[in-house]
Amino acid sequence: MHPLAWWLWAVGMAAAAMRTTNPLVLGLLIVVVGWVVAARRTDAPWGRSFSLALRLGAFIVVLRVVLAALFGLRIPGTVLFTLPAAELPEWAAGVNIGGAVTVQMLLGAAAEGLRLAAIVAAFGAANSLANPYRLLRTMPSVLYEIGVALTVALAIVPQTVLTAGRVREARRLRGRAVRGLRGLRGLAMPVLEGALERSVDLAASMDARGYGRRRQATGAAVVVSTVALMVGIVGVGVGVYAVLDVGAPDVAGLPVLSVGVALLAVGMVVSGRRVDRSRYRPDPWRMAEFAVVALGMVSAVSVAVVGSVDPDALTMPLYPLGWPAVPPLAVVGITASVLAGIVTPLPVMTYSGLDHAAAPASREASVGSATTAVRAPAAHGPGPAVHPAPAPAAHPTAATIPATPGVTAAGQVPA
Amino acid sequence: MIRFDNVSVTYSGASSPVLSGVDLVIGEGEMCLVVGPSGSGKSTLLRAVNGLVPRFSGGRLDGRVTVNGRSTADEPPRQFADLIGYVGQDPAAGFVTDTVEDELAYVMENLGTDPQVMRRRVEDVLDLLSLHDVRRRALTTLSGGQQQRVAIGSVLTASPRVLVLDEPTSALDPAAAEDVLAALARLVHDIGVTVLVAEHRLERVVQFADRVVVVPGDGRQVRSGAPADVLRDAPVAPPVVELGRLEGWDPLPLSVRDARRMAGPLRERLQLLTAPGILTEPTPAVGAVGAVGAVGAVARGTAVAEVSGLVAGYGSHAVLDGLDLVVYAGEVTAVMGRNGAGKSTLLAQLAGLRAPLRGSIRVQGDDPHRLDGREARCRVGFVPQDPSLLLYHQTVAAECAAADVEAAAAQGDTARLLTRLVGPVDPHLHPRDLSEGQRLALALAVVLVAGPGLVLLDEPTRGLDYGAKESLGAVLAGLAAEGRAVVLATHDVEVVASVADRAVVLADGEVVADGPARDVVTHSPVFAPQVAKVLAPQAWLTVDEVAGALVDAEVAR
Repeated sequence: MHPLAWWLWAVGMAAAAMRTTNPLVLGLLIVVVGWVVAARRTDAPWGRSFSLALRLGAFIVVLRVVLAALFGLRIPGTVLFTLPAAELPEWAAGVNIGGAVTVQMLLGAAAEGLRLAAIVAAFGAANSLANPYRLLRTMPSVLYEIGVALTVALAIVPQTVLTAGRVREARRLRGRAVRGLRGLRGLAMPVLEGALERSVDLAASMDARGYGRRRQATGAAVVVSTVALMVGIVGVGVGVYAVLDVGAPDVAGLPVLSVGVALLAVGMVVSGRRVDRSRYRPDPWRMAEFAVVALGMVSAVSVAVVGSVDPDALTMPLYPLGWPAVPPLAVVGITASVLAGIVTPLPVMTYSGLDHAAAPASREASVGSATTAVRAPAAHGPGPAVHPAPAPAAHPTAATIPATPGVTAAGQVPA
Repeated sequence: MIRFDNVSVTYSGASSPVLSGVDLVIGEGEMCLVVGPSGSGKSTLLRAVNGLVPRFSGGRLDGRVTVNGRSTADEPPRQFADLIGYVGQDPAAGFVTDTVEDELAYVMENLGTDPQVMRRRVEDVLDLLSLHDVRRRALTTLSGGQQQRVAIGSVLTASPRVLVLDEPTSALDPAAAEDVLAALARLVHDIGVTVLVAEHRLERVVQFADRVVVVPGDGRQVRSGAPADVLRDAPVAPPVVELGRLEGWDPLPLSVRDARRMAGPLRERLQLLTAPGILTEPTPAVGAVGAVGAVGAVARGTAVAEVSGLVAGYGSHAVLDGLDLVVYAGEVTAVMGRNGAGKSTLLAQLAGLRAPLRGSIRVQGDDPHRLDGREARCRVGFVPQDPSLLLYHQTVAAECAAADVEAAAAQGDTARLLTRLVGPVDPHLHPRDLSEGQRLALALAVVLVAGPGLVLLDEPTRGLDYGAKESLGAVLAGLAAEGRAVVLATHDVEVVASVADRAVVLADGEVVADGPARDVVTHSPVFAPQVAKVLAPQAWLTVDEVAGALVDAEVAR
């Protein structure tokens, strides 16, 4: 799957969530998103990040409810309990601390929190479904520099987490608790030093492998791209301002904006041409990708249509308190996204075999065959049991080595 | 192909140049081995080939380095990507993408190679390095040997004419190292790539080399020549060469095969002497699975650590599966086994860093995982694979002072210990600026100052030259003589041969061999040290043993 497809789908789902506070609709959306993740995530580290998104969502809901109870606007309704209220001076009018807590307050806050949680879940789903490395590869070559910064970050972050774990262990070895400010310093220094060292190593490795090679640019191309980019940026800035500002003359609006955008595009193309890159097995954009993006849009559009026809169906009814509505169109539109977990091809599991069990078959085979060959005589022969050795014949490359006297000579050693 | 004209390199802040006046010409298709003590400037020499020195290291390079007629002064390293493939010491540190195939294609993408050509070359390299089984796997899930081969493959896809490798086998077990070297030999012979490789463990590589470049360090002149000529008086030499030097063999043997053919008379002479471990009578078959502790011949001290039925690993996967082991005081125990066999896991468990999934560990009667940090320290000392993880102060002096406080030792104890281990060390240096051997000694001093009865070392010889290994061996023997139990996990069979009293081989999460180091290593074709291979069936392990016996015989006469 193209990683961009998952992100566009997630944008659609998030757009749907953004327009409603109906807890039934939001709950359905989270369930659907979760189902797709469960069906199509890989075994990569980022594949496990969805539960983190859910936990973050739950935290958001709780936080909003608690904050509403403590500092929320005192809206009327069924009073649940009353917190001691602080008398605030006149100038602080509009700020509440404590007071009567109503069911409506809490339910309203929870529904809004749920909306945020659903948005977080949608993007969390994209995060765990799309391979960030492959997403980076889809960057246009002119933005390659930004891509590289992200590449280094992607490579360094997990390694830094690993190092932090090792340093913590080492701290224990020195008999020190890893707590407090001093503990933090002892932890941070080696971790940061390590991260810095690795970043330099990685940068050197990337450079040595030709990253950032450019063709010699002609003077004219450099001038054209620089001028186009500079003027383009100014044009876009002025244009956006003019479009948004009602008082600005019409001629300064859309025309300037479009000229600016055009210049930017020219500048990017010209400077992009200097970067001579090709792509190895680019992710194809096939029917499945179209389908996934369409499903995200169906969700967003269905909720938007319900919103324009029957806005009340998308809110949590507070006055009077009641069950939220079940708008059929939105339910169908969102549920359709279940298909995203069905029509898409199964992902390739690149991390399976974390346990070294799936080490190269050649080596495993050679060890397997040698085990019987070597262990059998050792059982009744003199000397200790022998570690199974790769027999020269089973060694795939041994036959072509001109000189492996070590192996040969050792093979002749009488046990 | 590669030409150094009067090249000197001085790093910023350094008082003297790392390399000075290097003149070197390496021809097309040569396999060239760079040797020298650690810190002598081997890596600097290698990194200068494609201009990573000085462009990524800082400092100043005088003179001229040209590759295929192109000077590194005129172009940055990236412009050499199609000509030179450089693989650094830690392959994992250089990975840019997440899967094997993408990593192999990365350099070609940067070079703008045609997609059709890219597909073909990736397939070629996958075959050449036997990586097709793991082509879609994530890089972080590969074993050390596989990662090293991917790193080599990731530069080979550009079809470079020069390949520069910095210690390609230092992290690998003997079998995996054999794989990598076999792949290299194939490249040299089949494709005619010029290969420049630095390696500490010469015994693995020297037989493949057409030429040896000696970087002696200390500002002395870099020289090069045919391996047999250069190694006659090089500061570092593999055991076969030392044996040849001892016996005055000419030409100097470079491989076990050569040496064996010349060693007939020596074997006869030694036959008459009492070798330390001549197997006059078959020793009982000890160390078969489960028969732990059945090694009768070795005098045993008290048991310091007892492991029984240990199941340990990550998540649900058990790296160690029902392991039994007893570690005795006054003994140096070497834990061997291929990459991923569970050596590091065993050490981490003994150090109490992680709780076992099942089974029990007792260090002097207690579970080390449950002891609090301070108490655990006084029983178990653990030097991790990267000793700098233990060090986090700005100077050696501060590090020692902090260690004194942590261990509640007298002021200056750590510093005195450090001096005892490696001689005087400038206390104002940053720990990262020490040599590998000195840094290891500092970490060891920090650990030892608490007086642990069990000392664990994970791959302590990685990056150490022969001299540093020798002094480490003396230190470890000293610790054992003091009555401590020393356990080291290592791939280095020569170190096991010279240091260890007892060897334990792990495979598949279990102990598959356990016995006196002499017996275990001499009976395994993978783990036998070179001297043992040359002099088999006599069980001599090191050149020193042979020399000592010959001298004694001389005296006796």
